Amino acid sequence: MQTRKKYIFLTFLASWLLLFFFGGDQLRRFAFFSGRKAEARRNWPRWKDRSLLKSFADPEELQRDGDPPLLSPRERRAARLSVSRSSRCRMETCFDFSRCERHGFKVFTYPQERGQPVSETYGKILSSIERSRYHTLKPEEACLFILSIDTLDRDHLSGQYVRDVDEKIRGFPLWNGGRNHLIFNLYSGTWPSYTGELGFDTGQAMLAKASFDTLSFRPGFDISIPLFSKEHPQRGGDRGWLRQRSVPPKKQYLLVFKGKRYLTGIGSGTRNALHHIHNGQDIISLTTCKHGKDWEKHKDTRCDKDNVDYERFDYQELLHNSTFCIVPRGRRLGSFRFLEALQAACIPVLLSDGWELPFAEAIDWGKAAVVGSERLLLQIPSAVRCIHPERLLAFQQHTQFLWDAYFSSVDKIVHTTLEIIKDRLSPHRSRSRLLWNTLPGGLLVLPDFSTHLGDFPFYYLQHGYSPSKKFTAFIRAVSQAGSLSQPILRLIQAVSGSQYCAQIVVLWSCEKPPPPSGKWPQSPVPLTIIQGRRKLSHRFFPFEAIQTDAVLSLDEDTSLSTSEVDFAFSVWRSFPERIVGFPTQSHFWDPEQGRWGYTSKWTNELSIVLTAAAFYHRYYHSLFTEYLPAGLRELVDGLAACEDILMNVLVAAVTKLPPIKVTQRKQHKEGVAQQAECGDGAAGTPPPGQRSPPAPHSAPAKAEGTNGSRRFSQRQDCLNQLADWFGYMPLVSSQLRLDPVLFKDQVSVLRKKYPSLEKP
Amino acid sequence: IMCASAKYNTRGPALIPRMKTKHRIYYITLFSIVLLGLIATGMFQFWPHSIESSSDWTVEKRSVHDVPAVKLPADSPIPERGDLSCRMHTCFDVYRCGFNPKNKIKVYIYSLKKYVDEYGTLVSNTISREYNELLTAISDSEFYTDDVNRACLFVPSIDVLNQNALRIKETAQALAQLSRWDRGTNHLLFNMLPGGPPDYNTALDVPRDRALLAGGGFSTWTYRQGYDVSIPVYSPLSGEVDLPERGPGPRRYFILSSQMALHPEYRLELEALQAENGESVLILDKCTNLSDGVPAVRKRCYKNQVFDYPQVLQESTFCVVLRGARLGQAVLSDVLQAGCVPVIIADSYILPFSEVLDWKRASVVIPEEKMPEIYNILQSIPQRQIEEMQRQARWFWEAYFQSMKAIALATLQIINDRIYPYAAISYEEWNDPPAVKWSSVSNPLFLPLIPPQSQGFTAVVLTYDRVESLFRVITEVSKVPSLSKLLVVWNNQNKNPPEDSLWPKIRVPLKVVRTAENKLSNRFFPYDEIETEAVLAIDDDIIMLTSDELQFGYEVWREFPDRLVGYPGRLHLWDHEMNKWKYESEWTNEVSMVLTGAAFYHKYFNYLYTYKMPGDIKNWVDAHMNCEDIAMNFLVANVTGKSVIKVTPRKKFKCPECTAIDGLSLDQTHMVERSECINKFASVFGTMPLKVVEHRADPVLYKDDFPEKLKSFPNIGSL
Repeated sequence: MQTRKKYIFLTFLASWLLLFFFGGDQLRRFAFFSGRKAEARRNWPRWKDRSLLKSFADPEELQRDGDPPLLSPRERRAARLSVSRSSRCRMETCFDFSRCERHGFKVFTYPQERGQPVSETYGKILSSIERSRYHTLKPEEACLFILSIDTLDRDHLSGQYVRDVDEKIRGFPLWNGGRNHLIFNLYSGTWPSYTGELGFDTGQAMLAKASFDTLSFRPGFDISIPLFSKEHPQRGGDRGWLRQRSVPPKKQYLLVFKGKRYLTGIGSGTRNALHHIHNGQDIISLTTCKHGKDWEKHKDTRCDKDNVDYERFDYQELLHNSTFCIVPRGRRLGSFRFLEALQAACIPVLLSDGWELPFAEAIDWGKAAVVGSERLLLQIPSAVRCIHPERLLAFQQHTQFLWDAYFSSVDKIVHTTLEIIKDRLSPHRSRSRLLWNTLPGGLLVLPDFSTHLGDFPFYYLQHGYSPSKKFTAFIRAVSQAGSLSQPILRLIQAVSGSQYCAQIVVLWSCEKPPPPSGKWPQSPVPLTIIQGRRKLSHRFFPFEAIQTDAVLSLDEDTSLSTSEVDFAFSVWRSFPERIVGFPTQSHFWDPEQGRWGYTSKWTNELSIVLTAAAFYHRYYHSLFTEYLPAGLRELVDGLAACEDILMNVLVAAVTKLPPIKVTQRKQHKEGVAQQAECGDGAAGTPPPGQRSPPAPHSAPAKAEGTNGSRRFSQRQDCLNQLADWFGYMPLVSSQLRLDPVLFKDQVSVLRKKYPSLEKP
Repeated sequence: IMCASAKYNTRGPALIPRMKTKHRIYYITLFSIVLLGLIATGMFQFWPHSIESSSDWTVEKRSVHDVPAVKLPADSPIPERGDLSCRMHTCFDVYRCGFNPKNKIKVYIYSLKKYVDEYGTLVSNTISREYNELLTAISDSEFYTDDVNRACLFVPSIDVLNQNALRIKETAQALAQLSRWDRGTNHLLFNMLPGGPPDYNTALDVPRDRALLAGGGFSTWTYRQGYDVSIPVYSPLSGEVDLPERGPGPRRYFILSSQMALHPEYRLELEALQAENGESVLILDKCTNLSDGVPAVRKRCYKNQVFDYPQVLQESTFCVVLRGARLGQAVLSDVLQAGCVPVIIADSYILPFSEVLDWKRASVVIPEEKMPEIYNILQSIPQRQIEEMQRQARWFWEAYFQSMKAIALATLQIINDRIYPYAAISYEEWNDPPAVKWSSVSNPLFLPLIPPQSQGFTAVVLTYDRVESLFRVITEVSKVPSLSKLLVVWNNQNKNPPEDSLWPKIRVPLKVVRTAENKLSNRFFPYDEIETEAVLAIDDDIIMLTSDELQFGYEVWREFPDRLVGYPGRLHLWDHEMNKWKYESEWTNEVSMVLTGAAFYHKYFNYLYTYKMPGDIKNWVDAHMNCEDIAMNFLVANVTGKSVIKVTPRKKFKCPECTAIDGLSLDQTHMVERSECINKFASVFGTMPLKVVEHRADPVLYKDDFPEKLKSFPNIGSL
């Protein structure tokens, strides 16, 4: 019985297959299968005389490009300047580039006027500018001007609305028709139309405005900024919420929205429709009618039920537990929701037609958000369901990158605005879109250093480059004597013995002149001596002499062997964006004192690699000197022994990763006097005999003697002041050390590549 | 819901068939389906064929001159002028495009007509060679539909590439009478030469109402961002001249200007530049005394020297592209083709495809005011970057300038990306030349994120029947503080796993998954039971690893969550004699692989291994019952570009007296097989992704002279 069935089945199958093969051609045209009348696709005809067709323009015409125009280029440019209306402003018509030529990109903020209070948010914006490295106090140096009048809230029904702005502006001698001015605005227009009007004549000023619509946005001139709340932190800023990366995302909900439903007026179209996609399972879309005073007047039949559902879910909980968040327009085009979703790694689904997205000139939003169309709301669920899980993972990570790079604090938003404008001034020295949209982000990449990706430590893998195969040994000499100390001679010998050493640069930081060239030891690599300045931060100046990607930073009394250097360099080539070095220290949170603690004792963790013996990328010299605001460097110069902590903090802030410790043969400082004073004691330089090696079982700091404890507390102070400057503690701890693969293994020494590292 | 994306089986391969009772219904259903199919096919086969073969559409031999003529009455309607406020959400009818699983817009092309005015004179040339090529390309592309009712975008066959070759009013009338014109909604016009004398508008002057314009020469004032598409001005020389790609590097001239119709003012500035910088600057002009028969467009002259154009462009590093009467210049295409870096001097010009192309990587844009500074500006660009720009320039030409087809398809793709933004082509796909795409990696776990320690890890033990040893491993692993779950993958179909009561009692959940087939790839399946990011893959005979070693391994993985972090290290070597790769398991100074007999890695790589393993590697591994670990090493290295991390000195795993090459890996044939695997995988991946390093990770205080009891991980075995 069973077998017979099987045979019948097989026969059927075989005959069907046969028929299918032979009749397949017709089958495919069969109306039932193709869904419409069967006929071949009617393609664009292959004309038989197509080769005889004339070209759209003959070559002569193309190369001549019409008759010479009536106006000469210069006349045309002049004409363009004179007739341009402010609504048609572009950089080349409304911005005076010549102001930026002499002093570079400098920003001047109008002095605060008495009796003219500004809102907390505008205060933060102004202070961000004042903290930036572009700030200047001299208007004659300035390239860009920022008003002291609070222009953030231009809704004249609002309490923060400043009246008579036109009149005030007219009184400013620097106003100059708004040229080279930048005006910040978060809210414009008012009920019912919420137009983009600011209520005063902005002239030729640029606008950095939230909720910009594409029509009034002047491309390449204005800047769209995100809407942020007045609680938005000045600096630092909270981290993103993504902690776990899983595929597919482990979230309870697919798509959520919780917010107001406008019953009437602008923006109500979209918000009124949102409840349609609610399915109560993985799509939660909740709206409430309750807002404003007279909502009950406009109340419809859904309101009561909706209001009840609305209370059942918590907004924060939805944010945490959803893959996508709908970010619909409010009355205006932008909403707080946008940044909230971005921080929460909840992929924003934008429903705000005609919104010029924040910093779209730089940021590629397609990588972090789904730009939906208000008209296609009902397609959103199926569209987002179809996004591949690995793409979701990329989206989520990208939200976090963007949040952290450009949005998490007022400082970042304002600095991004300034950098975008600065990039326009010299297009050939500006960031490509790639730099803006890959880690670590545009703010940390200085186009003045280089515009070539391979010159930075961040893009090796993405572009298949590798860091240079040689390094520069950079020795800071401070010895008191006019002659060379023994340690430095030994050091030069050890370092120059490395096959990877390209050059040695000595930074001579003494007032006494360096010994004549004859006194320096013979070394197989070129040796350059730079006369340094006394400032501690000068150690990280981007010296022209440093020609390789890798810098081996050394103190003159550091003791290293050639094989230590070789091994550390091979490790650095695997981690070119980090500091890779020998002696380390660590930080910790001291809950009793409520501040950061610092320890040089031997611990199981490390977060700081001393720059007395460390490899890092030379780009960090540029970041240190050019990216950090001058105030921070002054702070470091004022404190002894803080510059290496700042370097570690800087690199950690850029990479979000801990430094790397490599095998060290023995103590690097031999307890002898180091950091010896040269000449008369400069303020802040430590007395001799301090950076004593962290002995095992080192006694508590208090017992280290007065010098030791002073130095120790200075380093601790430094750490806390830096954490305050950055707004958070960037340092990251690591629990590992990288050793050679066969380090201290019980195998023959002959088999080991770095046997000398194991000598006691 | 129809999704273009594949649906992934999230349940795991442990599918033991449940049939028996459902046997009957199943067969009956199958039978009926087959029967129905048979009848349907049969009927169709032997039905009299009423459908004539209509392939004559495609082989049609018609002349352009035979197309039907349409007379335009003088008073036929004219569309409104172009609406500058149009954007996709205001002027584009997106409902016509609909949601479709392929995320492709459908494009309809109107059939070709001749338009004549009242007096019977032609309104324009019927169609130019380029426009015909463009329409042919669209018609051959997957965007095309011949069904006007399903179309989302309409392309008129009225040729408006060159505004000077048409009569504006009559062309507008011709547009207005198109069957679906509807104020130009969803209509796309291609124009390369806009404007006419004397003031040369930067957009097509033909009234076109809401139609989208793909224009070659927009200025920032006429370009409707996000609505129009900026396209290149096609250079017919592209098709005629074959300029083989030239390797990047220094060239004879530094700056070259080859345009003939420069405004005298510009020419003066350029000549000043030449006077200042000598021979490295070459300013060419048209030739005045050419003999007959030599096409003037293919020659350029400097004083009495004659140069071939466009070949001469290959002799220079930078080539100036100055605006003329119009902003868009065909010379840009020639310059890119020659791999010469364009120096674009045309204020307010919207560069071709600027919505998606990153021109900063291929060109230098200099404001007209700064012309005198060109030389210094260009000198400041690092040589390595120049070489990259040369490559990039050539790539842009090949991908987006080279033919009308390339231009048409890029234009449609840009519009497509706007309508289906969630399926849009990425920046990298648009901009990275094939060589970069090939050599670069895009790490799927690119965000520097240290997973919280509290998450813990899931240990996955693959086992067949070594129950005793398995239980020992379970007991050992369960001592690790950060273990959060233990998953046993029972790969033996012939034997049931021991009863629940026999398993060791451990403090974390223990799950047993039974598999349907004894495959090695079962170890790497992304089981739903794995709820942590970290997975510890461990063999059922790895009994030597201490709790400290495992906990430390987990901590190291947290610092390198995108890498394989494991204990047994191996190396691949190039065998110069045999000219192929060789597997090395001796204790060497280098590692390039860690075996997944004991390794931590991110669960994402399970997903990659199961669904995205290139070629037939997965099946090959299952068939040979070997090398799944090498395959995993290849996969991770290939996608992240990073090396593995070997943790701790541990080299013996199964018993104290075992050598490095213990157990399985002892015999010679095994080594040969493993070498074969490496060679096989390297050929499938097309490259050797493994990275060799000289370091391993030890605890900070490992072997330091420090009291053991103060160390976090004192119990680190020496071998």
